[in-house]
Amino acid sequence: MNTIMIVILVILVALILYVIGVFNHLVRLRNQVDNAWSQIDVQLKRRHDLIPNLVETAKGYMKHERETFEAITQARSQAMGARTVSEAAKAEGALGQALARFLLTVENYPELKANQNFLALQEELASTENKISFARQNYNDQVLFYNNRIQMFPSNIVAGMFGFGKRDFFEVETPAERQVPKVSF
Amino acid sequence: MWELIRLNKRNSVILFLVMAAVLIGLGIIIGAAVHPNGLILGGLVALVVWLVLATISLSSGDQILLAASRARPVTKQVHPQLFNVVEEMTIAAGLSRMPRIYIIDDPAPNAFATGRGPQTASIAVTAGLLAKLNRDELQGVVAHEISHILHRDILYVTLAGVMLGAIVLISDLFLRGVFRSSAYGSSRRYSAQARRTPAQVQLVIILLAVAAAILAPILAQLLYLALSRQREYLADAGAARLTRYPEGLASALEKIANDPGPQLSVATKATAPMYIVNPFKRGLGYLTSTHPPITERIRILRSIGNSVSWAQYAKAYTQVTKRSLPYRLHDEPLPVRPGQEAGPVASPSAQHRQAGDLIRRMNGFRFLTCPCGLVLKIPPNYTLGHIKCPRCDRLLDVPEPALASR
Repeated sequence: MNTIMIVILVILVALILYVIGVFNHLVRLRNQVDNAWSQIDVQLKRRHDLIPNLVETAKGYMKHERETFEAITQARSQAMGARTVSEAAKAEGALGQALARFLLTVENYPELKANQNFLALQEELASTENKISFARQNYNDQVLFYNNRIQMFPSNIVAGMFGFGKRDFFEVETPAERQVPKVSF
Repeated sequence: MWELIRLNKRNSVILFLVMAAVLIGLGIIIGAAVHPNGLILGGLVALVVWLVLATISLSSGDQILLAASRARPVTKQVHPQLFNVVEEMTIAAGLSRMPRIYIIDDPAPNAFATGRGPQTASIAVTAGLLAKLNRDELQGVVAHEISHILHRDILYVTLAGVMLGAIVLISDLFLRGVFRSSAYGSSRRYSAQARRTPAQVQLVIILLAVAAAILAPILAQLLYLALSRQREYLADAGAARLTRYPEGLASALEKIANDPGPQLSVATKATAPMYIVNPFKRGLGYLTSTHPPITERIRILRSIGNSVSWAQYAKAYTQVTKRSLPYRLHDEPLPVRPGQEAGPVASPSAQHRQAGDLIRRMNGFRFLTCPCGLVLKIPPNYTLGHIKCPRCDRLLDVPEPALASR
């Protein structure tokens, strides 16, 4: 009688410890997903901050490209004013497209390409585009780890008990967003 | 990847203890050789030395290694692209803090990472590396170093570097002492003890100590080597995963291996294993080499195919070397992304100029572009507020000297 009680008690304690371990692991993974998401936000904001400078520097050289600048400025304000995630994704896609077009046009202005200040801004912009795509890559990696963990047996039981929900991948909608603007150095 | 990190942490502890055993064993036997009752004293001295070393290497081992390599911390103005690339890889790896960045003033292309963990990590690259690689290649090298940080290899390398250095030093000192005392016949100092212990026994102990002093550094180094080569492969695999572009690292390794210039002058026996490519161009054979053959690493990276993952790298590894990696890693394959346009590679003279400019920028030179197109490089001790352009005689304002990075 007593031994059975002890055995049951030991199993119960082991089970509780296991659940605690899995729970903590899931929390850590979920925090990593959230952190990766905020990293994308940081980089998108950085892109918004860079654009006025870039436009200001390039304007003096590119007098006949008003539409290009207008498209960028408009896409930027739309992206900054976006309320929902899907809205933001769409606006950021348009902004990326406008920037890619702009960087293509720059090829026709050798004087601009010789400007040290502009070259520095161009490196910053190219790097920010990279950072956005790497942040997205890291976010998707983290989501993959997290989703795998909450769907696989036996951790899915713990996930179900405490309401750990599945997270969505950051899918790239427009083909322009998929392709990072090409910048040659 | 978690298995990998756990394994590396365990290896670091094992290394730590084995190095302690080697050092204390060496202390005991040298103590016994110097004095018949010196057994315990020798062991105690070695234990103290080990404790001091452990404390130093845990608290500031990275600073010692960086200083020994004459690496200098730099600000973003010195090389914005390097900073951006490191930041990109920090983001890709999901590290919470960007490593500190150092530049080594040397034309040989190479790089290493050091530190205790992701929070205190540093990355050092040579000026030659920055001049010779394009952006994608630089990204590959930085990703390799970030992978070392991510896998916790850097703690292991830092500990091993400092401990190995100490064991080599103690053995060297003892051997020199033995040879000097035998050369000058100063063994008379020990004549009082010699009466109590038979001379032959003392001689045998001294011979044993000499053997130990010769063998200990080799033993320590072999232990170090046994694990460091696998780490290089795994860091390559990690770099391919982070960049999603294995060709960047492959082509960087190719450039570093085929560099015609002189070898890295700041590398020593203790710091050589830290570097991405063995800095010693000739001499060390395969068995004693800390690095896997570079052509093999390039071939593996190039046969990864269209999706990167640990499993994919392991497959490519087996395909090229006919061996298999001692780690089993499972993960999903991730698609390779297209490379960015690399742009034309600068001519050797332009590379030389770039490396020189980089050093000048590190030393507080100011760069001024005259409207006529001439770039003026103004030394930090030039105090006048303006300067005349030597080509077009225009008077230019000189910016305030920026604080030279120390």
